[in-house]
Amino acid sequence: MNLMGENIVTEDGEFIINMGPQHPSTHGVLHLKIWLDGETIKRVQPHLGYIHRSIEKMSENLSYRNFIFATSRMDYLSAHINNEACALCVEKGLQIEATPRAQAIRILMGELTRLSSHQLWWGCTGLDLGAVTPFFYAFREREAIMEIMEETCGARLTQNYMVPGGVMYDIHPNFQKRVKDVMKQVKDNLHEYYDILTGNVIFENRTKGVGYLSAEDAISYGCSGPTARASGVSCDIRKWFPYDGYEKVQFEEILDTGGDCYARYMVRMREMSQSVSIIEQLIDNIPEGDFQAKTKNVIKLPKGEFYQRVETARGELGVYIVSDGAASPYRIKYRSPNFSNLSALDHMARGSKIGDLVAIMATIDLVIPDIDR
Amino acid sequence: MRSLLEISFSSLANYIHAGLISAMGDGMAALVTEMVIAGVCLILFLVPLCFFLGYMERKVAGFMQLRLGPNRVGPKGSLQIVADTVKLLFKEGLTPDSSDKFLFNLAPVIVVVTSMLVMAPIAFAKDLQIWDMSIGVLYVTSISSIAVIGILMAGWSSYNKYSLLGAMRSGAQIVSYELSIGLSIISIVILTGSLKMSDIVMSQANGWWIFKGHIPVIISFVIFVIASTAEINRAPFDLTEAEQELTAGFHTEYSGMKFAMFLLSEYINLFVVSAIAATLFLGGWMPFHIGSWQAFNHIMDFIPSSIWFLGKTFFIIFIIMQFRWTFPRLRVDQLLTLEWKYLLPISMVNILLVTLMAIMGWHF
Repeated sequence: MNLMGENIVTEDGEFIINMGPQHPSTHGVLHLKIWLDGETIKRVQPHLGYIHRSIEKMSENLSYRNFIFATSRMDYLSAHINNEACALCVEKGLQIEATPRAQAIRILMGELTRLSSHQLWWGCTGLDLGAVTPFFYAFREREAIMEIMEETCGARLTQNYMVPGGVMYDIHPNFQKRVKDVMKQVKDNLHEYYDILTGNVIFENRTKGVGYLSAEDAISYGCSGPTARASGVSCDIRKWFPYDGYEKVQFEEILDTGGDCYARYMVRMREMSQSVSIIEQLIDNIPEGDFQAKTKNVIKLPKGEFYQRVETARGELGVYIVSDGAASPYRIKYRSPNFSNLSALDHMARGSKIGDLVAIMATIDLVIPDIDR
Repeated sequence: MRSLLEISFSSLANYIHAGLISAMGDGMAALVTEMVIAGVCLILFLVPLCFFLGYMERKVAGFMQLRLGPNRVGPKGSLQIVADTVKLLFKEGLTPDSSDKFLFNLAPVIVVVTSMLVMAPIAFAKDLQIWDMSIGVLYVTSISSIAVIGILMAGWSSYNKYSLLGAMRSGAQIVSYELSIGLSIISIVILTGSLKMSDIVMSQANGWWIFKGHIPVIISFVIFVIASTAEINRAPFDLTEAEQELTAGFHTEYSGMKFAMFLLSEYINLFVVSAIAATLFLGGWMPFHIGSWQAFNHIMDFIPSSIWFLGKTFFIIFIIMQFRWTFPRLRVDQLLTLEWKYLLPISMVNILLVTLMAIMGWHF
């Protein structure tokens, strides 16, 4: 028993180190208890809850339009996609569909978000592994995308742009031109990303063979998103359970069989190119029409349970609404992709060094507020 | 102007020596006063140098990262490091309660003193050397090895797991890379036949060793630069200070002026290592001559020797700084693998090549 009454068992020669909650390389407030034998990791135990804000409980007192804003703050790097998930779930309950224009706008915003999230991930991966410069290069493109978001949605990070039935406002007149400019900039600069990190011998040595996750383990831990796809598990929700018109868009699901950090890295790099191609397909073909389907002023879902899953930049986000007919949800539960991805960290990190742990966490791409909600 | 930069420092030193002897008599008093004067001059040179190096590092980093670097404090940000140092002076110097107070306070002192001591045999200009001892090169390698004791002391006495881990890693790293540095230096010593710094510089009067010794010396130079980057704990070998992994490694618990001492010693080490590389491989203060191009050589001679030396040193410093902002970090076992499985065997084979070259006279 230690001071906090926990049963911490250490074998001979092991010692326990706390990484976090305030630490430069855990992507948020994550507290990891690491059992170390010299430099080798014996066990990793995450302690959560440092940023628990009772989002699910708060939503029980908000209306069906209002509760969407809080999801922007869960996985704040995929804010649009989180909002989209909530809006879709409510639409499922109301049994309406968003208008074609709104669906196209939703896909565009979602892919822009995915692209900017992957860019930030790339910068932070470089930063965690010791190369400081990629961070600035990544933010150069990300800033351009944020400015587009600010012009159309009013906010850079927590956009709160989706409503049940469509989107809140129509896109800004400058939107199409600016997105085309940014796509050109991204395509010109993407080779720099490969030049700096991907081909670097030091980087390859740090990531190849590190943190292996087999396909069976990925499924059994519930991993999703690029973490699972790098182990060969085909799980892109946009392909398996398409929503919002994704079935009409041409893109590939990126799979890799490596299962190590380098495979996860390459999956996300190639997903960036896929996002760019999706945006280019849609940017000139946004259907005309309403940007919002007609809904009642006060939305009340019928009694029952509704579940909607979407593919955020990190994996499968599930929104589960239990309604009892009132104007606020009875219970909302979010199936968070980062929570399941984090559960595989112990399995991946055992037997490796601290430096490997940092590399593994960088490539799983965790956002901690999503875990704690 | 040129004569100002080419004043004969040895005559200045002799003048001061004669003055002191006539004032205090020929004994310990004069000697101690001279040592104090030399020490004060050295510190007065090193502290502005570190200010400049810190400023250069931040500007180089900024330009490589698509940003400007410091540009508010002072003209073009030149006083930023001064402001940082003043800030560090005002900070509370916390000593952890359960630390070993004596070692905790002694560690930064050892680290800084050894860094400064290594400056003694380095020739800054044609006539500017503090102590041209007959074993100059051996002195440099041996004194820089003592610094690792300071680092281990810092890590151990902090009574902190992170510091201890960082210090252990650092100790292993420094001790390993000293071998490669030593073997690189020996290759030049073999070609020159002397450990004395002034002999090594004079032997490059007809050309720098990196040109005269072609391939084996170029290999030595590359190994020297890599190994010394590891020796001074700079990226990509800076896992002892790996912010992302262990907070701050062996100097986690240090604050205020003691932390400034560690920073100071890192920059002084950077300068010293580049100065050694410039002296041994790039000709020290020797200008760049090309064979029999008389006019060109005359123009090169016109540039003062101190400018040559500083130019070469800062060129190597610039390269080492660029390493930091380009490469990711090596993991500790990869770092040691690099040394023991790659650099050391290559160095050893290189020594044989250099010896062969020296015996057969295959260098220029």
